[in-house]
Amino acid sequence: MISNFTPLASAVGGGLLGLAAALYMGLFGRIAGVSGMIARLLPPTAASAGPLAFLAGLAAAPVLYNLLSPEPFMQTIQAGQGRLAIAGLLVGIGTVYGNGCTSGHGICGWARLSRRSIVATCIFSGMAMLVTFVERHVIGG
Amino acid sequence: MTLVLQFCVGLIFGLGLVVSGLADPAKVYGFLDLAGAWDPSLLVSMASAVLVAVLGYRLTMRRSRPACAADFQLPTATVLDRRLIVGAAIFGAGWGLTGICPGPAVASIGLRTPGIEVFFPAMLVGMLAVRILPTELRRFGTSITR
Repeated sequence: MISNFTPLASAVGGGLLGLAAALYMGLFGRIAGVSGMIARLLPPTAASAGPLAFLAGLAAAPVLYNLLSPEPFMQTIQAGQGRLAIAGLLVGIGTVYGNGCTSGHGICGWARLSRRSIVATCIFSGMAMLVTFVERHVIGG
Repeated sequence: MTLVLQFCVGLIFGLGLVVSGLADPAKVYGFLDLAGAWDPSLLVSMASAVLVAVLGYRLTMRRSRPACAADFQLPTATVLDRRLIVGAAIFGAGWGLTGICPGPAVASIGLRTPGIEVFFPAMLVGMLAVRILPTELRRFGTSITR
């Protein structure tokens, strides 16, 4: 049952992500991993300026998009504070401990044909699907 | 100038998240929820991203050095250690709980989406917690499992 499939937008959006990753490598010589960039802000040093600028651009993107687009982009976060706090903790712990997230491992790691990233991606994707299934179809909310 | 470029690349990245819909947890859940009305969009986005990145990496990594930095700083680890596997599992569990991962979380800051004021600080706390990890746990993490 495919209901919300948006192949064109997905392909174009994905292409932009890939472009950003390629530009980041060509300009700054690094993996474009968002979790790594956030981690490099803690604690703030001289090396934090670059990642901070990138993250500022990332944060500005939806705002700019909404200024220019006839259809504004909206996010829906449907989770209580408790779940948000636990999820945030797990994402923070997991991305630093596992050395990457969906951008670092999922995009850049795969682009480098990194076995570590391919394995990590399969693990965190499978885990996310499992947790989603349990919370939606077993626990029921 | 470098900072302006950083901002611009971040902007492109953020636009990618917006256009693909991946910055919206509801869209991500369409993919993660296998038993629901399954939406393979995330697969298409990631495939497209990887394809472009592969091509881009071939072009950029061929050079002796990046344009705005002294050298390439790439991950060198190759071993599948426990730290990677456990870390990925923990991250995946967190991702599955709200459909939010770091990129969309930063986008949420820009949009001031309600809920991010809880998620983001919690994420920072989690990151810091790993930093002050006791030595034993660090040693556990470097055990080779495969």
